[in-house]
Amino acid sequence: MELLKKSALELRDLLDKREVSSREIVETYLKRIEAVEPKVKSFVTLTAEEALQAADKADEMIKEKKAGLLTGIPIAVKDNMCTYHVETTCGSKMLENFKPPYDATVVANLKETGVPVLGKTNMDEFAMGSSTETSYYGPSRNPWDLERVPGGSSGGSAAAVAAMEAPLALGSDTGGSIRQPASLTGIVGVKPTYGLVSRYGLIAFASSLDQIGPFTRNVADSAALLNLLSGYDPKDTTSLPHARPDYMQALGKDIKGLKVGVAKDSLGDGLDKEVAATVKKSIDAFASLGAEIVEIELPHSEYALATYYLVATAEASSNLARFDGVRFGHRSQEEKDSVTMFKHTRAEGFGPEVKRRIMLGTYALSAGFYDAYYLKALKARTLIKSDFDAAFGKVDIILSPTTPSVAFKFGEKISDPLAMYLSDVFTTTANLAGIPAMSMPAGLTTNGLPIGVQLIAPALGEEIMLSAAYALEKAVGTFGLPTLEV
Amino acid sequence: MPLEDYTIVIGLEVHSELMTKSKLFCGCSTSFGSEANSQVCPVCLGLPGTLPVLNKKAVEFAVRAGLALDCNIATFSKFDRKNYFYPDLPKAFQVSQYDIPICQKGHVDFIVNGEKKTVGVTRVHLEEEAGKSVHSGATISTSDFSLEDYNRCGIPLIEIVSEPDMRSPEEARIYMETLRNILRYAEVSDCKMEEGSLRCDANISLMPKGATKFGTRTEIKNMNSFRAVQKALEYEAIRQAACLDRGEKIVQETRTWDDAAGVTLPMRSKEEAHDYRYFPEPDLVPIVLTTEYIDKIKNDLPELPVAKFHRYITEYALPEYDADLISANKDLATYFEAVLENYKDAKVVSNWLMGEFMRLLNEHEVEITDVKVKPKDLAKLFELQDKGTISSKIAKTVFEEMFISGKDPETVVKEKGLVQISDVSEIEKIVADVIKNNPDPVAQYLEGKEKVLGFLVGQVMKFSKGKANPQMANDYLKKALAELK
Repeated sequence: MELLKKSALELRDLLDKREVSSREIVETYLKRIEAVEPKVKSFVTLTAEEALQAADKADEMIKEKKAGLLTGIPIAVKDNMCTYHVETTCGSKMLENFKPPYDATVVANLKETGVPVLGKTNMDEFAMGSSTETSYYGPSRNPWDLERVPGGSSGGSAAAVAAMEAPLALGSDTGGSIRQPASLTGIVGVKPTYGLVSRYGLIAFASSLDQIGPFTRNVADSAALLNLLSGYDPKDTTSLPHARPDYMQALGKDIKGLKVGVAKDSLGDGLDKEVAATVKKSIDAFASLGAEIVEIELPHSEYALATYYLVATAEASSNLARFDGVRFGHRSQEEKDSVTMFKHTRAEGFGPEVKRRIMLGTYALSAGFYDAYYLKALKARTLIKSDFDAAFGKVDIILSPTTPSVAFKFGEKISDPLAMYLSDVFTTTANLAGIPAMSMPAGLTTNGLPIGVQLIAPALGEEIMLSAAYALEKAVGTFGLPTLEV
Repeated sequence: MPLEDYTIVIGLEVHSELMTKSKLFCGCSTSFGSEANSQVCPVCLGLPGTLPVLNKKAVEFAVRAGLALDCNIATFSKFDRKNYFYPDLPKAFQVSQYDIPICQKGHVDFIVNGEKKTVGVTRVHLEEEAGKSVHSGATISTSDFSLEDYNRCGIPLIEIVSEPDMRSPEEARIYMETLRNILRYAEVSDCKMEEGSLRCDANISLMPKGATKFGTRTEIKNMNSFRAVQKALEYEAIRQAACLDRGEKIVQETRTWDDAAGVTLPMRSKEEAHDYRYFPEPDLVPIVLTTEYIDKIKNDLPELPVAKFHRYITEYALPEYDADLISANKDLATYFEAVLENYKDAKVVSNWLMGEFMRLLNEHEVEITDVKVKPKDLAKLFELQDKGTISSKIAKTVFEEMFISGKDPETVVKEKGLVQISDVSEIEKIVADVIKNNPDPVAQYLEGKEKVLGFLVGQVMKFSKGKANPQMANDYLKKALAELK
């Protein structure tokens, strides 16, 4: 248990001092997974054998002094990132046996650095959902309360880190899919600037919004993992060509004089009282650190959710069209002709939420509706982005709740899509604007459930965001992780 | 009313594969005729998670095509997705350009029935090719199964959309041929209709002569040769005229050309037409070009057919007919100019190329680029003729041998003993023999039937196996006959 409680950077220290080997770390985590996985169900596929091999390779690298910051420290990877010859299901029946013939760029980076991949984590089907309840493989559970959802769509990755099944995990965030589960499971989750991390090999939900990012137990580990993930990738022409800074350098900087923006209406109606109180406590913490709290306006934020659900579903309707049974994945036995085969394959292979979003998106792009829906959404997106441009003229970062409430119970929202979509009310704006945002633990409810707060920074403002988060973490403290009585 | 009382309105959408070495969004080869699915990768197969990376060469080729068609080149254009399901389309969308194409507002000029015609080019846009379905049976509906070959999938294409400026099926065919010539000149496409690297769909409608409002159009697909374009449109014009004459309305629909049966058949109605749900391709950044980049491509553009046509007339004094015919064919023009490097009389060269040369090409089904006769050897052949070493008739024999063997004319003449007989005593001897052996024609000539002379000259040529200098044969025959009078 002692080893499991260490952060990634603490493990780095132990590895460098040769007090522990990567193999020992991986074996410890595999044992933990064996013990708690029946309760938590974070993983769809475990890759124990590959992880041990990678650990041995990492130990070699450490011996040869070729280790990177995270060499030898295991990770869990969301199941929408392609892994060479290892199942990549996207939480869907459609890709039940799909083994990609290539690695996603981020996965290739992990392998090259000697980061053992423990397995592929559960997720809402095709990343569509906020609870993992839409996964074909059944939901993951929140380690803080197994009756509650871990959030989504990257719920498996968040649950794995929170359940101490992995010190690190990768998630993807299209409208809050990293930040919302991070908030609900009491860990740190970062959605980087659009284009900072390569999307090559990430099975697309909404191409203009998707971004891969880290799940970690503290801010420093996120900085370390972001160092590994970020970088220009010639295979992704939307990846940014800018040089990447060392995010570790951002940690520990004095934030005196930092201007922290708080949107006028962000603590208003519909917000859970305990969440509101925690955000207020974070505001006070920033103030006590010498930061200046500035009230800002984001007038078009009220349109963000509607805008998001048009842009994301429109892109998804096209991105998910390739799942037609012709070349890979599920294929219906009803194959009288190609159209019959397409229809049955998609009817059988997709779950109801995915179908709902494909239909919404198809409708939004249809002749006669395009201008009223998709085009209007693009215009609203521009306005939302302008709001942030204006706000960041006045402040360095923005603080807000991550989610309107803490982890909810299974079944509570799954039958009411609109209630579920409201989980994203604070998170979609950052995706629409392409700017970085993160969630970090800031308190617990009286029932002992984690509450997260969100920090938002301007494009490529990860350094200032991480330095503020690091300072806030020091000020509000950490809240531990559930042991699950093992 | 007869078809002549209608105005036919035709516009064409032409697709042409660009001859880049690699595909539009991945590094796979574009070569034709390889084993099925041997030129594919996760990107062109549209596997989940893959992303496109734009081939810069394809952009350059599209710009070059646009400039060759005298288009405006956009410094900003973007890609869009055209969504539809089909087994040969791996992503179930084609990456294309919708509202901001790379080239706009050009034109194609050609001569039809001796008159200059200009057809507007609305736009040229860049897109990716789909794969190819191979059906087990003769048609898709009688097949037990179909297989997909994705080698072609992702090859860069340009779509060239014309204005509805053509007024006859013949114009449509000539437009296509001219377009092919221009694209070949610009070295952007090999334009082989039989291999599918040049394809066209046609929109055609009829309106009464003098009317200004276009009638309802139909779209014709599956025309796989230049001839088919004309035939299909001729058929469709007659069909539409018959419909209108019966008082029926033209149904707006897509029809397919059945080449064997020589008819167009309904394929899908307007109601069944796809809603492609175009929207901006989020996986690609817009194409941004500088004017310097565009100017450089413009300056590097080879001389195009229209410029050549005018130069041939002014520089070489060729008649318009010759200039048009030769300039229209890039390979022929290249050959023509190569011959002219060693021989000055352009009209002699053009006559030969349009005559003997084309005749043998057709007879032996050889492409100009595969012709064995070197241009400088053809020039030499003309010189031998000018010097009187061989007659024009023998020249044809020599050329035929050159065409087959690739030998130079001097060697052929020497090997076959084809040197022209210009020796007076030898000619006189042959003339004497001919007179002796043809008493009746000689008698007729002497009686005043001078036409018979031609026959006798022919006999001299035949007797000499064509080697006698024809002028000398004529002169000496006349002289000998005069002596008999």
